[in-house]
Amino acid sequence: MSEAVVAAVALAHRREWAQVLATTAQATGDLDLAEECAQDAFAQALKVWPETGIPERPGAWLTQVARNQARDELRRRSAFRRRMPLLVTGDAAPGADAGLDDDRLRLIFTCCHPALAREAQAALTLRLVCGLSTSEVARAFLVPPATMAARLTRAKKKIAAARIPYRAPAPDQLGARVGVVLEVVQLIFTTGHTAPAGARLIRHDLLDRALDLGRLLHLLMPTDAEVSAQLALMLLIDSRSATRVDSDGRMLLLAEQDRTRWNTERINEGVALLMQALRHQSPSRYALQAAIAAVHAESPSWEATDWPAIVALYDRLLALWPSPVVELNRAAAIGMRDGPCAGLDALAPLLANPALATYPYLSAARADFLRQLHDWPQAATAYEEAIALTGNDSERRFLTERLTEVRQASA
Amino acid sequence: MAKYMLLIYGDAEQWDSMTPEQAQAHEAAHVAFRDAAGDQVVGGHELVSSPVATSLRADPAGELLMTDGPFLETKEALGGYYLVEADDLDVVVKLASLLPEVRAGHSGVEIRPVVEHG
Repeated sequence: MSEAVVAAVALAHRREWAQVLATTAQATGDLDLAEECAQDAFAQALKVWPETGIPERPGAWLTQVARNQARDELRRRSAFRRRMPLLVTGDAAPGADAGLDDDRLRLIFTCCHPALAREAQAALTLRLVCGLSTSEVARAFLVPPATMAARLTRAKKKIAAARIPYRAPAPDQLGARVGVVLEVVQLIFTTGHTAPAGARLIRHDLLDRALDLGRLLHLLMPTDAEVSAQLALMLLIDSRSATRVDSDGRMLLLAEQDRTRWNTERINEGVALLMQALRHQSPSRYALQAAIAAVHAESPSWEATDWPAIVALYDRLLALWPSPVVELNRAAAIGMRDGPCAGLDALAPLLANPALATYPYLSAARADFLRQLHDWPQAATAYEEAIALTGNDSERRFLTERLTEVRQASA
Repeated sequence: MAKYMLLIYGDAEQWDSMTPEQAQAHEAAHVAFRDAAGDQVVGGHELVSSPVATSLRADPAGELLMTDGPFLETKEALGGYYLVEADDLDVVVKLASLLPEVRAGHSGVEIRPVVEHG
């Protein structure tokens, strides 16, 4: 089989999977069957394309094959009782006027329906919208494949049995429903950005899927400011991914990263999207987070960072989206603006917050300020805490090196 | 069309200790729910509070065991139900959101699709 065909099928899988599955699901009203037939269509392509050549519009070819096969299968099954109730695909789709009449959007909003648990939403999105295999989805969330298979089956069963409709939400629900979708995309992105456990700091496979999802949402809802802002946030954070670990896999802080290697294409795209988002409405949580990332991205060095601007953005973010983690980041930025003493003062009230009791970055931030103040024993204790709390090997190595430094300094 | 059961759970003590004004507002909200739902409501009742319940089961020998009280001893007990008919879950959620128990703090509504046999 020629490499060109394999590459073409892989590319089509990445770009067209959602469309093939979503259209087949809409045509048949059966999510499980659509999933099977979409999978078969890609297998068919591997067999047929070497002989016929790669079709001009691979997506259309794959969709047709999947849909035809689903229809044949339905005809064959019609004599038997169906295993599962059909999807509710009624065409009373309220989204049509709002430009939301797209099969892929129906699929995304169904996978991210608020009646499903967050972990089920994320798993369904990776499986059905991104086309990851069940074992790949299991790997993403660090659960055994059998557990993930059961989770996916349960979620699909609920969609059918509770009649979660296969359509874009009504206009009065749209804002809240888009919010859920973006939280799922953000969860996939964050999981890839700092893997909660394991040897690698970054999971590029998940980052790429999250970016694909963000771009797809932006393509389908180009005027939604929150969608633009969330994509901007991912692009700006991702622009630094090449410099976040050194050649040995050790984590590098923002202060240590080689800024000349940041991806300027991503930065420019992110900043342009952010500007677009800010024109539409008062900034969302994602817009403020993206603005913070943009200040870093456009700063020539760590020292030259506009810390007053960062603190001001965190103040606004905290008002809009109160969270202990945002408070922690704001306190760290105050330390950069006003010095390590002020930083420690700002962190102090957070020590009593139970939500941060097992959060390694609080100990790590304290340790860093104490180190700058040459308070070696206390710095060592704080590093030890952070090391005990992190689950990521790359972070642990970084913290252990710092711990060794402060122990040597105090000796 | 499918049928859904709306199971209303809450703290019976709090329901029993409503002031007459609160009880009146509560009743009015249910009237508003029924008006909004129209013929989508297939059935529904308020239940006498759970201490009055009688539960039946049998021991391994098949001997009938009758106990005084609800099947599950929980703070939140089943206080009433509606059986509604709707096209999909989104329609039911919108309808059920009108029930006063959703926002009362101590209570809530569980939505369960009904299995259609045959």
